[in-house]
Amino acid sequence: MQGNVASAEGALAAGCRFFGGYPITPSTEVAERMASRMPKAGGVFVQMEDEIASIAAVIGASWTGKKAMTATSGPGFSLMMENLGFAVMTETPLVVVNIQRGGPSTGQPTMSAQGDMLQCRYGSHGDIGIVALAPNSVQEMHDLTVKAFNLAERLRCPAFLMADEHIGHMRERIDLPDTVEVVDRTQLEPGTLPFAAGPGLVPGFPTFGKGHRVHVTGLTHDERGYPATTDPEVHAALVERLVRKVEGARREIADYVVTNPDAEVVFVCYGAPSRAVAQLVADKPDEGIGVLRLRLVWPFPEHALAEFSNATAFIVPEQNLGQIASEVERHTDLPVVPVPKLGGELHTPAELARVYEGVRR
Amino acid sequence: MSFEDWLRADRLPHIWCSGCSNGTILNCTMAAVDMMDWDPDRTVVVSGIGCSSRAAGYVEADSLHTTHGRALAFATGVKLAEPSLNVVVFTGDGDLAAIGGNHFIHACRRNIDLTVVCMNNLIYGMTGGQGSPTTPLGALSTTTPYGAAEPAFDLAALAVAAGANYVARWTSYHVRELEKAVKAGLETPGLSFIEVRAGCPTNYGRKNRIREATDQLEQFRTRSMLKVKYDRLVAEGKPVPHDAIVVGEFVRRSNPAMGVAP
Repeated sequence: MQGNVASAEGALAAGCRFFGGYPITPSTEVAERMASRMPKAGGVFVQMEDEIASIAAVIGASWTGKKAMTATSGPGFSLMMENLGFAVMTETPLVVVNIQRGGPSTGQPTMSAQGDMLQCRYGSHGDIGIVALAPNSVQEMHDLTVKAFNLAERLRCPAFLMADEHIGHMRERIDLPDTVEVVDRTQLEPGTLPFAAGPGLVPGFPTFGKGHRVHVTGLTHDERGYPATTDPEVHAALVERLVRKVEGARREIADYVVTNPDAEVVFVCYGAPSRAVAQLVADKPDEGIGVLRLRLVWPFPEHALAEFSNATAFIVPEQNLGQIASEVERHTDLPVVPVPKLGGELHTPAELARVYEGVRR
Repeated sequence: MSFEDWLRADRLPHIWCSGCSNGTILNCTMAAVDMMDWDPDRTVVVSGIGCSSRAAGYVEADSLHTTHGRALAFATGVKLAEPSLNVVVFTGDGDLAAIGGNHFIHACRRNIDLTVVCMNNLIYGMTGGQGSPTTPLGALSTTTPYGAAEPAFDLAALAVAAGANYVARWTSYHVRELEKAVKAGLETPGLSFIEVRAGCPTNYGRKNRIREATDQLEQFRTRSMLKVKYDRLVAEGKPVPHDAIVVGEFVRRSNPAMGVAP
């Protein structure tokens, strides 16, 4: 099965029943699979007029209680930024699959990249809280799409599947489980203010059509949902909560794989480059090369770096100029060596071996 | 019930300036909704950004106050995901015809079962009176200080051409006709578009010698021309005043529509 198709299947398994999208290479197979499968699953597929409309329709659908998603790549992802901020502000659960291609601009439509890793975290204006996952196999295209839905529903925020073209277009044999673990959003208790959050920081969801008569706005709003745009305290409390509900779940939702925790030299990787790292580790079994592979990149699991108590350096291969390497640097005093690779090709194990040898010396 | 039962009492007074037409248009719209005997718990009001779009927040129903220009795209998601909900969209000329122009024509093309009420005041009111796509040639605004140089959009004609099943234009002077037009729109499956010429004494009127709300209404009364009369004059080759506001029903048809409740 192809990675993009596996993502669509994962979404359906997670309960997705609305897909709004716009064709864009290299993500289009997600939409095509949804166009074929969604009507049979009792859901809705709609091809919108652009990516702005796609994410808008997804947000609208989510407010009717449907699990909703879209899929895109760089240029479309850029167009979605404003409404993604709206989704953060209104606490709308949704999933965006981004099959990353070479940017900036139209860049390399058919070639792989990881250049949107900071955009997904910081691209919409204002302070935001989001979740981002990074699959490195077709199986994970399925499994982490399921997980993205579960985290979006639980935290009431956008969740991104930040795949790259390599993984999206990769074909591998996978296991499609009969059932998957599914998290559904907690409904608003009657008599509770719609945007009043308890200790969990995530308010219950006032689904449209259920009698809540809720007002949903991208303006700064109070716990009733009413605009309160000039009240500094309301604004600060709201935005701090929107960020804290996600960042505060950092340890709990962390998802990473540790290899050789006693290692001195440790690769930190995610997505396609982690496949080259895995090959290097397999090629040099006696070296005990350390690997921290992130399946969930945002919120960044900074505590995971401490799993390597003997570490002397971190090597971060990415299909960008060091976006997550800079995040690693923020959380360690040890040397961090970025291994950027632009152009759309995978790092080779030999390239990584040379960097590894240099750092080990 | 009356239209007043459809308003959130705890949200009033509204933010609109004195002399603004938006309150009248909101009342007429909700009076029409009230005549439909809709359940407020199964009704969703969607809007974009601008003076017009604050209307959603005043309606006692589920309401979605979205981003600038995107109300129809959000409403499309709501209606397709849950066709049993009744969906009304409030928008304005800047919201609908400038930043949201693409969503407007595609919502009409899809003929989604929405009723769209556009408060067309010929100006960006919320930001202080800049020219919009419907500002008439020569009209003054803060961004057209020497007179608007661009031709204006005819929103009703645009909606007809793009495929909407019901299209009408009235002004905030024509409250009875407006109410009936909104009701006809609510009853028509598919996209219904009601353009309402609205007065904005604060930002449009003060620059264009219509400072008083009553003067604006008088203009609406005297300059409005029924579409049937306008069509007849044109067919007979007779002159039509250049400032005529053509009002009435532009189209009512039953082309295939999306999102219609089963």
